[in-house]
Amino acid sequence: MKAIRIFALSIASLIVLPATVGSLLPEYDYSRQDRTNISTGASSEHWLGTDALGRDRLARLFHGTRVSLTLAPAAAVLSVFLALAIGAAPGFVGGASERLAKRLIDLMLSVPWLFLLLIVRASLPLDLSPMVSAMVTFSILGLLGWGVPARILMARSREIRESEFVLLARASGVSRWRLLSAHVAPNLGTVLLAQFWIAVPVYILAEANLSLLGLGVSEPMPSLGSLLREMESVLTLRGDICNFVALVVLVLLVGSLQLAFNSSEVN
Amino acid sequence: MTCWREILTRLLMAAVTVIVGVFFSAVLVRYAPGFGTDERQLDARLSGESIEAIRREMAGEQNVAAYFVDAVQKLKQGDLGTSRAFHRPVRDLLTERGWVTIHLLGAGLGVAWAAAILVVMASWLSGSAALARTSSLGSGMLLCLPAGAIALLLIVADGPACLALALVVYPKIYRYLTNLVVSAGRTPHVLAARAKGISNARLLAWHVVPAIRREVVALTGVSLGMALSAAIPVEAFCGIPGIGQLAWQAALARDVPVLTMVSLVVIASTVLANSGADLLADQSRHAT
Repeated sequence: MKAIRIFALSIASLIVLPATVGSLLPEYDYSRQDRTNISTGASSEHWLGTDALGRDRLARLFHGTRVSLTLAPAAAVLSVFLALAIGAAPGFVGGASERLAKRLIDLMLSVPWLFLLLIVRASLPLDLSPMVSAMVTFSILGLLGWGVPARILMARSREIRESEFVLLARASGVSRWRLLSAHVAPNLGTVLLAQFWIAVPVYILAEANLSLLGLGVSEPMPSLGSLLREMESVLTLRGDICNFVALVVLVLLVGSLQLAFNSSEVN
Repeated sequence: MTCWREILTRLLMAAVTVIVGVFFSAVLVRYAPGFGTDERQLDARLSGESIEAIRREMAGEQNVAAYFVDAVQKLKQGDLGTSRAFHRPVRDLLTERGWVTIHLLGAGLGVAWAAAILVVMASWLSGSAALARTSSLGSGMLLCLPAGAIALLLIVADGPACLALALVVYPKIYRYLTNLVVSAGRTPHVLAARAKGISNARLLAWHVVPAIRREVVALTGVSLGMALSAAIPVEAFCGIPGIGQLAWQAALARDVPVLTMVSLVVIASTVLANSGADLLADQSRHAT
């Protein structure tokens, strides 16, 4: 299993490192338009060709990967913190707060979340700047994606609450703060980290779905999802193999992250 | 008596969840920063009075509680409101498009479930590690593709839309089923039966399936929610005039009456399917 994880992390690094370095180089400007080369294939000047506006696909891929890889973990942090507050805390306290939190989590999980994302994202102002639209899109993902981690964290914190070491600590008169910091937090930490790593590829995919529907990151800023919008034209798809590069990068990145941080292994 | 009480409790809980869910959706839409923005106000062809009329129309939706109460009262009389974008009663839109989505979901879920059951059964019966790995890799790759991309690739391949939906839902059902079968296969009574030389087919039919029946029934309810989410991009890209496409078009046009009623239909379908599946699963547990 360790070999698979190393292999997956190597694949992820092969995507992350060039994307990070490339996006910092001034020659890879994602919005620069080359009016003499519109919708061209791969060439020495544009390694992955250009899009319908003459923008370099490789530059957009570098920046899009960086945007997705920066904001998806940020959204994952947000949802894990919400899950901690809504799931783990009531799970540890128990009683009415736990029952209420359970109902809230059930409600959140009963709503098909792509519908919810669609509704909320569509209600945002029309004049958002691209950077703000990117941040808002991923914030919505984080704000609405806490249901599954909250359920898992609640179950884990309930286990901890009922465990013998916590009972012993309570019986020995350990203060609430010490109980939380010395006994609960270390036992909850691994689950929190696992939920974070599980959420990152999920959010990259969710943003891709939203962008494909025209409700993700606004133009001209690229994200891995918005780059897939080029695939919307069937004629474009049938024309050039370079149109698939963003999809291949997305699959490799999401696949390697899922493989590297497989839930059954980290939980 | 206990059975009826359980059914009533579940129905009550489902009703509360639906009401709270729809109210929650309405609140999210109302307090989103862009609420009240209507592209028609930018239309240069409209006169000042027309733009003022549009503003008055939007003002009725400003107070979310009042809008919600008004919508519920109209709902009791069978009036679901009128779509701003389609200029038609929401009820007609939902009726027309509901059947299209039901057909798509039925076909897509049927294919996904059949494929998942066949693959899991084949892996179990053959006992082949290579087959298990290949099918796991295939489902893993499908899980890495956004639903919209699957729909687009199916269009290029001239495949049917229900297959796109099936390909989105299949890997999730396959993963759940595989995990259930594998964990049931590790239980002491199955290990003991295997040690006694009972065939894989007999083990599956007599020991594994009865053990996982309850979870599989519950999974059918969950799979409906997955399919409903997948229906949005599939219908949007494949040009299928169903509920998913309606939700997408209403979202783009900020059509609050349609969005509220679509939320109602979607949440009610998901909650009822989950509650029904849970109830059936409980009944099967009591029966055994």
